[in-house]
Amino acid sequence: MSAKANGLGRWYVIAAPYLWLLIFFLIPFFIVFKLSLSDVATAIPPYIPTFSWSEGIGKFISQLDFENYTFIFGDPLYVNAYLSSLKIAAISTVLTLLVAYPMAYGMARAPRAWQPTLMMLVILPFWTSFLIRIYAWIAILKPEGFLTMFLMKLGIISEPLQIMNTTTAVYIGIVYSYLPFMILPLYASLEKINPALLEAAQDLGSRPWRAFWQITFPLSLPGVFAGCLLVFIPAVGEFVIPDLLGGSDTLMIGKTLWNEFFNNRDWPLASAVAVILLLVLTIPIVLFQRQQQNERESGR
Amino acid sequence: MNKNFSWFNLTSITLGFAFLYIPILLLVIFSFNESKLVTVWAGFSTKWYSSLLENQALKDAAWVTIRVGLVSATVSTVLGTLAAITLVRMGRFPGRTLFSGMIFAPLVMPEVIIGLSLLLLFVAMGFDRGFWTITLAHITFTMCYAAVVVQARLQDFDKSVEEAAMDLGATPVNTFFQVTLPIIAPSVISAWLLSFTLSLDDLVISSFATGPGATTLPMKIYSQVRLGVTPEINAISTILIGIVTIGLLLAAYVTKRQTERSERERRKAFGATG
Repeated sequence: MSAKANGLGRWYVIAAPYLWLLIFFLIPFFIVFKLSLSDVATAIPPYIPTFSWSEGIGKFISQLDFENYTFIFGDPLYVNAYLSSLKIAAISTVLTLLVAYPMAYGMARAPRAWQPTLMMLVILPFWTSFLIRIYAWIAILKPEGFLTMFLMKLGIISEPLQIMNTTTAVYIGIVYSYLPFMILPLYASLEKINPALLEAAQDLGSRPWRAFWQITFPLSLPGVFAGCLLVFIPAVGEFVIPDLLGGSDTLMIGKTLWNEFFNNRDWPLASAVAVILLLVLTIPIVLFQRQQQNERESGR
Repeated sequence: MNKNFSWFNLTSITLGFAFLYIPILLLVIFSFNESKLVTVWAGFSTKWYSSLLENQALKDAAWVTIRVGLVSATVSTVLGTLAAITLVRMGRFPGRTLFSGMIFAPLVMPEVIIGLSLLLLFVAMGFDRGFWTITLAHITFTMCYAAVVVQARLQDFDKSVEEAAMDLGATPVNTFFQVTLPIIAPSVISAWLLSFTLSLDDLVISSFATGPGATTLPMKIYSQVRLGVTPEINAISTILIGIVTIGLLLAAYVTKRQTERSERERRKAFGATG
């Protein structure tokens, strides 16, 4: 399988996954973009095509219709949904980092023999159904749920907690379900740090706290960066969490897109929502690609 | 490295794992609850499990989900392994940047976008939506995870073993099946398992890709969850969690034994020559 091995066989290996992704990943985006320029119709499928190859490019350009886009930017509901998705995703990412960092740090410093088991324990929830893990929180957060019962028994609160169907519940849901994505890259970068560096700092009289901020934290930044992107990008478009845990005032664009598509059956508008979401996420996605590429090159 | 946990590390690990596992534990415990309430314990019972067995719609959905999972995990592991070889062993070729972009973008791309774009593709191509469109959609997003898993292993191992085989006259295809594949086998197995569980798990992409007739288990669970929390959902969730846990533990055991064995063989081989 060496690079210079043989000409034709090499292209077969490349072609299969390449063509698959071109057809099922890349081309569909162009269809989404095309549809976002069409008009809605009560038909099956529910849209009037803007462009057919037989009519040629000239006709297509003359018919281009940015109505859906002007509609989205004209309606504060959509603009607010984008902004609030970005805000919720950003806050959740910071919260996830705050929960994950001490855990990843503790794991990287745990006795060697324990580390594979701890890794396994972090990965295990990631393999169990996302939907089920969100569902599990409903029984905890609802007004007569476990959390209220527990805190009432301790006498900390006397009234049922109103967390379910609020944005707070969405934060909890995102932190909970994306935690493994943050821990794994953090652990990978923390574990690589040579303990001799910290010993040297301590020998030279640096206090543990200062040694942490001046040595450990800067060296773990690649992991922080990777983890934050892995949480932030999918969280912006999250649908299941705001739908099951959030309330009517929790605006998130993934839910808006879902409603436009399944409830209002406005496919062109849903497509335009998706195109804008993709444009919003382009910068973080490109950053993520770069980071993955660097990782691969340095791992060699 | 320390021999023991420091109290700070122990506390943060314990709290973290409590946060990760208590919700799942509560869900499992209350699937055995006698009462219909899922938060008040009224005694042990397995009646929700037996009521599952009588639910034909749920069983149909489970069967569709398993078939989609088996087919899509198998195809996605093959494509993902080829993609991993392309990324690690093929050097530079025209369109490489686009290729690695298409491998890594689906890992973070919001599911609603992937789902919508695939649905529009299926409509444009005039496909009948159902079992096969769900399977095609699942292959597409799981093969990227499979590629990442296999790629990590391919990067780790020494390329000179492959080069030695080819110097001794093995064809590239022979080299792959006799040298490369046995070495990367554990990662190929994990790639299959990961693809299978991701497929088993998926709600959003399946909801877009499906048509009338094909309902998967997550879609069924989702429509019931929206109506409220019931012990039946706890029971089906417990079964799914049980399957995945057993599968993972088995995979970990197999991988461990395999690495031990290849380690032994390597030592023996080097012992004989050196």
